[in-house]
Amino acid sequence: MTLTSDEIQAILREARHFPHPSAAAIEALNVVQRSHGWISDELLQEIAELLGMSPAELDSIATFYNLIYRRPVGRRVIHYCNSVSCWMLGAEDNRRHLSEKLGIAVGETTGNGEYTLLPIVCLGACDKAPVLMIGDETHFNVDPARLDDILGETGAP
Amino acid sequence: MDKPLTRNIKSDGSTVTLAEYLASGGYEGLKKTLAEFAPLDVQQRVKDSGLRGRGGAGFPTGLKWSFVPMGEDAPRTKYLVVNGDEMEPGAFKDRLLLEGDPHQLIEGVVIAAYAIQANIAYVFLRGEYRLAAARLRQAIAEAEAQGLLGEGILGSGFSLDLRLHTSAGRYICGEETALLNSLEGKRANPRAKPPFPQVSGLFGKPTIVNNVETLCNLPHILRNGVEWYKGLSRTGEPGTKIYGVSGRVRSPGAWELPMGTTAREIIEEHAGGMRDGYRLKGYLPGGASTDFLLPEHLDIPMDYGSIGKAGSRLGTGTMILLDDKTCPVQMVLNLERFFAQESCGWCTPCRDGLPWTVSLLEGLIEGRGRPEDLATLERLCGLLGPGNTFCALAPGAMEPLQSALKYFRADFERYLQPQTTRGGMYA
Amino acid sequence: MPDKIVGNDFGPPKAGPKDGLQGGSPHKIVGNGFGPPKAGLHIEIDGKSHPVKAGENLLQAILSLGLDLPYFCWHPAMGSVGACRQCGVIQFKDANDAQGRVVMACMTPVAEGMRISLQGPDAKAFRAGILELLMTNHPHDCPVCEEGGECHLQDMTVMTGHTVRQYRGLKRTHRNQDLGPFINHEMNRCIACYRCVRYYQDYCGGDDLQVFASHNHVYFGRQEDGVLENEFSGNLVEVCPTGVFTDKTFSRHYSRKWDLQTAPSVCVHCGIGCNTSPGERYGSLRRIVNRYHGEINGYFLCDRGRFGYGFVNGPARLYQARSAETGPLDVSTAENRLRAMLEDAKGIVGIGSPRASLEANFALRERVGAERFHAGIGDAEHGCLRTLLDLVRNLPLHLVSLREAERADAVLILGEDPTQTAPRLALALRQAVRNRALAIADELGIPHWQDAAVREAAQAEKSPLFIASPAPTRLDDIAARTCRASPRTIARLGFAVAHGICPEAPAVMGLTPEHEALAAEIAQALTSAERPLIVAGTGCLSEDVLRAVGQIAAALAAARPGRATAVHFAVPECNSLGLALMDAQSLAHAAHTIESGEADTLLILENDLYRRADRTTVDALLTRARQVIVIDHTLHATAERAHLVLPAASFAETEGTLVSSEGRAQRFFAAMQPAGDSRDGWRWLGPWPCLDDLTRALADSLPVFQQITACAPGAAFRIAGQKIPRQPHRYSGRTAMLADIRIHEPKQPEDTDSALAFSMEGAANDHPPALNPFVWAPGWNSNQAVGKFQDEAGGHLSGGDPGIRLIGDGAGTGLPWSVPPETEASIADALRLVPLHHIFGSDETSMHSSAVAERAPHPYVALNPEDAARLGLAEGEEVELAPDVWLPVKCLPGLAAGIAGVPAGLPDLPVPVTAWQSWKPNKPGDETS
Ligand SMILES: Cc1cc2nc3c(=O)[nH]c(=O)nc-3n(C[C@H](O)[C@H](O)[C@H](O)COP(=O)(O)O)c2cc1C
Ligand code: SF4
Ligand code: FES
Repeated sequence: MTLTSDEIQAILREARHFPHPSAAAIEALNVVQRSHGWISDELLQEIAELLGMSPAELDSIATFYNLIYRRPVGRRVIHYCNSVSCWMLGAEDNRRHLSEKLGIAVGETTGNGEYTLLPIVCLGACDKAPVLMIGDETHFNVDPARLDDILGETGAP
Repeated sequence: MDKPLTRNIKSDGSTVTLAEYLASGGYEGLKKTLAEFAPLDVQQRVKDSGLRGRGGAGFPTGLKWSFVPMGEDAPRTKYLVVNGDEMEPGAFKDRLLLEGDPHQLIEGVVIAAYAIQANIAYVFLRGEYRLAAARLRQAIAEAEAQGLLGEGILGSGFSLDLRLHTSAGRYICGEETALLNSLEGKRANPRAKPPFPQVSGLFGKPTIVNNVETLCNLPHILRNGVEWYKGLSRTGEPGTKIYGVSGRVRSPGAWELPMGTTAREIIEEHAGGMRDGYRLKGYLPGGASTDFLLPEHLDIPMDYGSIGKAGSRLGTGTMILLDDKTCPVQMVLNLERFFAQESCGWCTPCRDGLPWTVSLLEGLIEGRGRPEDLATLERLCGLLGPGNTFCALAPGAMEPLQSALKYFRADFERYLQPQTTRGGMYA
Repeated sequence: MPDKIVGNDFGPPKAGPKDGLQGGSPHKIVGNGFGPPKAGLHIEIDGKSHPVKAGENLLQAILSLGLDLPYFCWHPAMGSVGACRQCGVIQFKDANDAQGRVVMACMTPVAEGMRISLQGPDAKAFRAGILELLMTNHPHDCPVCEEGGECHLQDMTVMTGHTVRQYRGLKRTHRNQDLGPFINHEMNRCIACYRCVRYYQDYCGGDDLQVFASHNHVYFGRQEDGVLENEFSGNLVEVCPTGVFTDKTFSRHYSRKWDLQTAPSVCVHCGIGCNTSPGERYGSLRRIVNRYHGEINGYFLCDRGRFGYGFVNGPARLYQARSAETGPLDVSTAENRLRAMLEDAKGIVGIGSPRASLEANFALRERVGAERFHAGIGDAEHGCLRTLLDLVRNLPLHLVSLREAERADAVLILGEDPTQTAPRLALALRQAVRNRALAIADELGIPHWQDAAVREAAQAEKSPLFIASPAPTRLDDIAARTCRASPRTIARLGFAVAHGICPEAPAVMGLTPEHEALAAEIAQALTSAERPLIVAGTGCLSEDVLRAVGQIAAALAAARPGRATAVHFAVPECNSLGLALMDAQSLAHAAHTIESGEADTLLILENDLYRRADRTTVDALLTRARQVIVIDHTLHATAERAHLVLPAASFAETEGTLVSSEGRAQRFFAAMQPAGDSRDGWRWLGPWPCLDDLTRALADSLPVFQQITACAPGAAFRIAGQKIPRQPHRYSGRTAMLADIRIHEPKQPEDTDSALAFSMEGAANDHPPALNPFVWAPGWNSNQAVGKFQDEAGGHLSGGDPGIRLIGDGAGTGLPWSVPPETEASIADALRLVPLHHIFGSDETSMHSSAVAERAPHPYVALNPEDAARLGLAEGEEVELAPDVWLPVKCLPGLAAGIAGVPAGLPDLPVPVTAWQSWKPNKPGDETS
C-alpha cells in the first residue's frame, strides 16, 4: 500500500493552504482514506513524512477522530445512528436486523469484505429518525423492511 | 409570515442554484453592504439588530465581533470560521440551511468577513454531511466564478478566500476553540479562554467563529434593516428562529418561526402533535445538552431569556420530546453515553466523570443500583458543572441528567426496587 | 577595546559567596512579615491578607506562600494548561460575595484585593471530588508500584482527604510498551494529566511520545514499542505524578525512597554540574534523581546523568588493591607497597584527572610538586582549555548559568553539538528560543504561564539560534540557520561575525558569499538582541573556534559598552575547568619528563591515558616508566598495565569540589561508604586527616580557589548540635539489615569529612541547600516537595543556590584583536578528522552502565555522501582509520565536506581523535600508508 501520485498531489495542494503543512493532517487522512478505505501503518508513515511530522504525531491525530479508520473496514461502512432520537424510534431494531442479516456484530466486517457495521453519533436528521449511512449515502426513516430494500439495491449478500 | 432564512428552501430537497438565489434577491444584502457600509458600520448594524448566536450559547453577534482588533495596527491575517459541525443529538437545523440554500450562507460569510476584515474564511463542516459538502463546494465555485468570492468582490476592494474543511468527526469539534485546533490539523481539545479567539484564534490570529444559522441572518439584516429584523419576532429577542422537533410526534421537522413562538404551538401546529397513544412527558427544548422542561412549560416563549428563566436553555432550538412510553432514565443513559464517548479526554471531570455517570445509570437500569447512587449522580452533576470543567461539554451533559433527577425522580427510584415489584411502566 | 564592564545581561548572580553557609529554613513560614517584599499585590486567602507577586497565577502564588494546594497538570517549568482541574479554589466576586465560585488557581491571574478560599467546604469538596474521579481508573497498586512512597498522586489523595471510594465500575485497562533500556511503562496507572507529552514534546522537542485516542481511552506512549528517542526522557520518571513512567535501571535493584541513603551530589558525566541525589541501599548505588538547583539543572537532568551511574557497582569496579606481579593485595600491604615505590622513585610524574575532585588533584599535586603535576588530558584539549581560560580571564565574558542561558534571546553556537557534549545546556537553549514567543505573548497580554495560549499565539516564531558545526546537531530543528563546515571555516565565520559587529575587529578575507551573508545576519541578530549568547567549547578541539568566540565577545562588548558578553563554553568532564585552573602541565610534558629520564615513576589519578592519546604514545610512556601506579575506581586499559592499582572511591562514596563549565565550584558528598577496600583518592596520597584540611590547603595555596571552602558548610557544621542525616527518618530495617550475618546492629560509620551522618538521626530541618540530601516535607513525599525548599515556585533555593562562581564574571578588560585563521588548504584524496560526540558513548564512566551502553553507537567513520562517492566508499564498507583499526563507513548527510567524523570516546574505539589531523582512507587490499 503506497500513496498514489494523485493522492500526493491532493495532499500537497491542501497543505499549501496552511501556514505549515502539518495543519493539513486531517485533510490528508481524509484524502487517503477516501481511496484506500482505511489508514494502514504504512500509509500513516508516508503521509506523516509528506507533512513533515513523525508517524506518532499523525497517529495522535488519526486516533482522536471517529471517522478515521486505523483498522481495515469493508467496502461500505454502515454507520447507524444510535443517538437519542434514533434510539427512541427504533435504531436498535435496525441494528439487530442488520446484525442478523449480515451475520456481523457491531465493529465487524462481513466475510466478503463488503460491509462493516459501526455506530455513529447523531447524524443531524433527527426529524427523519432512525437514520443510517451506508458509504456516503444517508438513509432516512429506516426500518427493517426498508433496510432489506436498501441492502438489496446495494448488492447485499 | 416572513421566513427570510428558509424562503428559498424547496420541499423536494433539491438545492437553490445561484441563478435562483439571485432571482430571489440574493446577494443584494452583500451588494448593499459593500457599497454603502464601512466594516464598523456593519458591526454596528448587527449589534443594533440584537442578533444572538444560533450555535447554542446565544452570545450577541455584533458584540463578539467588536473584540476583533480593527484598523491599521490590526494583524494582517484574520479569519472567519463557520461552525457547521452540528453534532449535538437532536440538532438538525444547519443541515437544512447548508443543503437547501448554500448561497445564503456564502453571502452571510462574505458580509461577516467584511465586517471584521478577514480575508480567509473556512466552513468547518461535519464529515458526515456529504450532500451539504457537495452542494457547498458547487456553490463556492459558482460564487467565485461570479466574482462573489475571491479577489475584489463585486468590484470592491474586499477579497475573501472561502475554503471548505470537512471534519473527521467528533462532537467536541463544535466547541469553537476545539474547532480551531481541529482546523489547524490537531486534536480537537478546547483551548483556555482568555485569550479569546477574537484576539488569538486560528493560527494565533484574530478569528471569529459563527454558527451557520447566525450567518444566514446577515444578508437579510443588512438588506432590510434593523427595524424590519426586530419586527420578525414575537418577543424582545429579534428575528426568526429555526425550531425543530424530533421524537414521537406525527410530523417531526424543522420550521422557521418568529423568535418566541411557544413550544406548544411548535409541537401542536407544526409537528402535528403527539402520535396516537403517546403523551408528552417532558422535552429538551434546545437539544441534548439542555435541561428537561415539562408539559407545564409548553406556553413559555421559546427565546433565550424565557427558556433560561424556566431553568433550561434555548440551545439550538431543536427540541427532543420525551413521551410517556419512554423511560427517562434510559433516555438520559443514551445521552450520557453520547457525551462520555465524545469527551475529548482533556479535563478530569469530563473524561472520568461521564463514564462514571454512565456506569451508575447502567447499574441502576440493570438492577445493581444502590440508594446512594442517586446522591452520587447529583454530586456528579455539581462536580461537572459550569466552571468546573475546561469547556462546556460536560456541564451541557449534566443538564438533562440534573433536570431528570429533579422532574423524574420516581423513575430513577423505581429502579431501586426489586425487579418484581417494579411494574411495567415502559416498554 | 571595551570599557570597564559594569554589568552583564542577566543581572547579578543570585548566589553570593556566603549563600551556602546560611542554613536557610526550607519550610517556609507563612506571612511572617519579614520576608523580602514582593512586587505589588495583596490577596486575601481565607480571610487573611498575603503579599503576592504581580503577573503570577494563583497556584504559583499560593505555593510560593508556603500554603498547600493540590495540582497535577501544572508544573513550574511548564506553566498552566488547566486540564486536571485539581487546583480548584473558591473565588469571591467582591467583599459581599459569600457564595463564590470554583476557579482553577493555575489559570487565574492574581489581582489586587482578590478574595479566595482554599479551606472553605465547597473548595475542599470540589478537590476531593476531582481526586475521586482521577482514582476511578487508577489501579491502587501502590504496594507493587515503584512510585509508592514518593508518589505525587498519593500525596494529593491524602491532601484532598479522599478516602472512601464510591466507584464500583470496571477500570479501563491498557497494554504497556517496551520503551527501551531507561523507562518502564505502566499505563493503567495514568491519570491523564498530560504532563508527560507536554514535557516531552513542548519542553524537549521530542516527537515520538504522544497521546493517542480520546475520552477516557487516552493513551500516552509511542506509536509502537521502541526506545524513547529524546535525550531527556528520564525526566518523565519525575514529571509523571504517578507510576506510569519509572526508572528501569532502578527496577532491577529497587528500593523505596524512604529506604535509600542519599547525599547531595553533583553529576560527573559532563561539565555542566547538574545537582543530583544518588541513593544507596545495601552498599550499592541504586539510582540517581534530580536535585533541584535554581541556576543550573532546575527540575531536569539528561539521560546520561540519570542512567550513567552503573559504573559504581559495575563489573569493572575495583574493590581491592592489586599488583601486577602478585595480584590482589590487602590494604596494609598496598599502603606499604605504595610507600616503597614512591620512596624508590627517581622522580615522580603525577597525572591528574578532569573527572576527579579538586581536592584529589591537589593532593596529587602536593605529592609530586607543581612542576611534575600534569593534567592528563589530550594535548589538543589541553590547548583548547588554556585558550578558553585565557579568554575568560582577559575578556569581558560572563559565563552564563543554564537559567541565564534560558533567557538568551539570540544564540550563536560555534563548533559544538551541545546535546552530545553538554546535554542539559541543549535543553536550556531549547527554552531560550521561546523568548520570542514570550515577547509575542506580552504584546497580546497573555501571561507567560498560560502555556498553550503562548504557544498558539507564537506559532512557529522563535528567537534566533544559529548553529555552525561540522555535523548535524540535535538542535537543528529549532535553528534559524545552520552552517556545516570544518572547524577552521567555523572559526573564520566567527571572526567575520565579530568584524560585522565591530568594524575594528579584523576582516576575514576570502570568505564565500554565503558565509559572508550568514556572518552579516548573525552579527545583526546578536547586536539587536537584548541578551545575546555565544556557545562554544572543546567539542571540535579547535583553538581557532575559541579565539573566534573571544573575538565576538570583544566585538559585542565594544558595541555595547559596559555590558559583558554572555558565553557558555562546554567542557567535556565534570572537573575539566577545575583542573585547567590548576595550570597543570600537558601530557606531552609528562612523556618528555619520563622520556628524558628526569623521572621514572608515573602516579596516575583516576585516569585512563588510552583515552587521552593514541595507543603508540601511551604504550611507549607506560613501557618507559619503571613504575606505574594507578589510583581509580574502575579497571581500564591503563590500570591493567600498572604495577600497582589502588582502589578509589567513586563519586558516590567520596566528597570533594568540582568546577563546572559555568565556573561554579560545587561540593559533592558521599552517599555511601566506599565499596570494598576503596577509599577517597586523596586518602591514598597524603597526610590530610579530613577533607576540610585539604580543601583549606588548596584554597590557601592557589588564589583562584580562595573561596572554595565556602561552597558548603564544613564538617564541623551542626544544626542545634546535630549532624544532617543521610537517611530519611522513615528508613526501615536498619537494625535487621545484616541480621543474616550478625544479630548485633553494627555501629553506624562515622563521617569526619562532612556535616552529614550515615544515619537517620540528626537535624531533620533547616538544612543549608548545599547539604540537603533529599527533599521531603510534611504531606509532600514526592519530588514535588522541592516547592517547600524554594524562595518561590520554580525559583531559587531558599538560602541560595549552592556553589561559588570562581571565574567568568565579566571582569576581564581586554586582549588585542586576534588574527583570523587562513583558509585551509584543501588536501587531495584526504579528509580531516573531527570527533563526533555522543551523549551515550563519549563519556567514559557512563558507558559502564549497561542501559547507557545499549544506546551507544557502534564505531564508524562518518563521511558526507558526496565525499564517500568521490572516494569510492560505500555505506558499511570497512576502512582503516589507524594502523589495524578498521571501521565501517557511515554516510552522514549534512556532514561538512572534506571531513571524516569519528565517534569520540567509545570504549571499543582505541583511537581518540587528538587533533585536527588529516587522514587518507584505505580499503582492504589497498596498500597501507
Ligand atoms: C461541546 C460543544 C459543542 C458545540 N457544537 C456546536 C456546533 O456543532 N455548532 C455550533 O454552531 N456551535 C456549537 N457549539 C457552540 C460553539 O462553541 C460556539 O459558541 C458557536 O459556534 C458560536 O457561534 P454563534 O455565536 O454564531 O452561536 C458547541 C459548544 C460546545 C461546548
Ligand atoms: S502518563 Fe503520567 S504524566 Fe502522562 S498524562 Fe498520564 S499520569 Fe500524566
Ligand atoms: S493544576 Fe490547575 S488545572 Fe491542573
